[in-house]
Amino acid sequence: MAIIEIKNIAKTFGTYEALKDINLTVEDQEFMVLLGASGCGKTTLLRIIAGLESPTQGEVWIGDRRIDHLPARERGISMVFQNYAIFPHMTVAENIGFGLKMSKIPADELKRRVEKNAELMHIEHLLKRYSGELSGGQRQRVAVARALAMEPDVILMDEPLSNLDALLRLEMRAELKGVLQQSNTTAIYVTHDQVEAMSLADRVSVMNAGEIVQADKPMELYRNPATQFVASFIGSPPMNFLIASNTSNGFWVIENETLSGPSIAEQSILLAIRPEDVRLSDSGLPAVVRLVEPLGPHLLVTTDVGSNQFRAILDSDSQIQEGQKIFLKPNVERIRWFHPETYRAVF
Amino acid sequence: MWNQAKKLPYLLIAPSAAFLMIFFLYPFASVITQAFEHSSTDGYSLTNFQEVFSHWKFSISLENTLLLTAAVVPIQLALALLMATMVNSMRKGRDLILYIWTIPLGISDLAAGIIWLVIFEQTGFLNSLMLNLGLIERPVALLTYQNPMMIFVAIALAEIWRATAIMLVILVAGIGLIPREYYEAASVFRASKWQQFIRITLPLLKPSLQTALILRVILAFEVFAVVAALGGTLFPVLMGETYIYQFDLLNSGAAAAIALVILGLSIAFTLIVLRILKVPKGVTM
Ligand SMILES: Nc1ncnc2c1ncn2[C@@H]1O[C@H](COP(=O)(O)OP(=O)(O)O)[C@@H](O)[C@H]1O
Ligand SMILES: [Mg+2]
Repeated sequence: MAIIEIKNIAKTFGTYEALKDINLTVEDQEFMVLLGASGCGKTTLLRIIAGLESPTQGEVWIGDRRIDHLPARERGISMVFQNYAIFPHMTVAENIGFGLKMSKIPADELKRRVEKNAELMHIEHLLKRYSGELSGGQRQRVAVARALAMEPDVILMDEPLSNLDALLRLEMRAELKGVLQQSNTTAIYVTHDQVEAMSLADRVSVMNAGEIVQADKPMELYRNPATQFVASFIGSPPMNFLIASNTSNGFWVIENETLSGPSIAEQSILLAIRPEDVRLSDSGLPAVVRLVEPLGPHLLVTTDVGSNQFRAILDSDSQIQEGQKIFLKPNVERIRWFHPETYRAVF
Repeated sequence: MWNQAKKLPYLLIAPSAAFLMIFFLYPFASVITQAFEHSSTDGYSLTNFQEVFSHWKFSISLENTLLLTAAVVPIQLALALLMATMVNSMRKGRDLILYIWTIPLGISDLAAGIIWLVIFEQTGFLNSLMLNLGLIERPVALLTYQNPMMIFVAIALAEIWRATAIMLVILVAGIGLIPREYYEAASVFRASKWQQFIRITLPLLKPSLQTALILRVILAFEVFAVVAALGGTLFPVLMGETYIYQFDLLNSGAAAAIALVILGLSIAFTLIVLRILKVPKGVTM
């Protein structure tokens, strides 16, 4: 059982707060993705769990073992590094077997596990090569095989696909997901790529400026962002944001369009609509078309609603020209509402 | 334009190449001819070598030189590795410690020999220390022919003190080039500090170890002033014999022959070091 519990973890570098009171539980065998923009503290958090960095405050538990005071080698964790960190003076086989050798695993068992994991990652033909003789994708496979060979309870991955080209990334993504699903490990995977996060994760923790803003299932995150930040971060093209003003209890008006929403006693409210959640109509939000981009299956239309930019994904048959005035009808069910001051979701 | 650009590197290299030709290659060639020329014979012969090899002091100086190298270099290597590792894991004061440790490098080898002579001679610090501690009743002569071991130890100590820093600076630079990532990966994959040193530091340090060892071994074969100061004629070494042939016996043919023997030793050990510390084909560090 490898439940990872992160309790009140904080980390300051000098006076800079890289992590502020992080709390997170990763369930046994769960695939958890830490998602956030560059510099938000993902790597720092991963390194604290791995034992490569010590927290300023807080505790890390794996199962019923508190591990934050243990050296990295005693934590029972495997890691895939962003730049792979394949030892250049060892062959692929020696690299995969390194941790096993250090753990004094008997030679025949070591050989068996090296071969098994090399096969799993399709690098069995490269076992005698050195890292300098491998491509980026092959190195990445070695790094994963080395981590899996330990048969760890917990595997940590720091942007393992970010150094690969787009096509390879797609291929490795699918493969990684399959391999990890079979391995019974609890995984924490760091990325700044939301598509990668959504496609891999059982749950995604969205991080911003050293804090976890929301940890949820990918679709939940997409449909019910807890804050305006998550709403703006997840989804491409991003959500549209508009400010509506209060008319009567639970009704909000924007550009003469009245929408039914939450009843809160505020003058205005922030509402968010995904580009695919509107349709062309005779009435609704009045929009002036600025740009029409045919994307094949549909049109991406960039418009102005009042003075706000508003993107809509419309049927590719729609006859729309730049400069045209159109009406966009939002799917009210799908609108998300945020408090104008706290930027938190209101229902 | 293209032509000029192509010529430029050669033009820039030319002065230093000419300098080396005049002040290194020419004397080098003349040493070689001197070594094979002898007044008793016409043309080239091995007479000088026969004369040198048959002298009773030759085998002793060769033995002393090799013994001293064998005693000093491994200790220096171990010390330099230890010091380099320590320096590299320091956060503050790293440079200060490094400067202090490299002070002996700034002192000429003769001065270094004299410093240690001041410690070991009959009126020296070591004697007064032992007197004050009551270990001895009156000063004793430590560096005498009855005490060859003491002379050897004194010379070895002086050499270690003087020249460990040469290896140290090379190894510090080399260790600094090893990415921290490898140590992090090693520690995640269950390697202890000692295992990290053996499995990561040493193999990745091979290029620097090569340089440091070759340089140090060659310098050890050329040891002279420290030995002259501490051992005088009691501890003959190859370089000392070269000096005696050249300036006391005015036999430059024999001096040249010994010089070539030292060169041969240096080349042989360089090849051995390169062989032992070979980086396997395919490894790019
Ligand atoms: N060793 C360090 N010393 C000082 N600041 C650091 C150190 N490591 C990370 N930081 C800072 O902490 C913040 C978070 O870094 P990091 O965890 O690497 O972000 P991410 O992986 O999300 O891009 C960054 O602003 C970075 O500059
Ligand atoms: Mg990072």
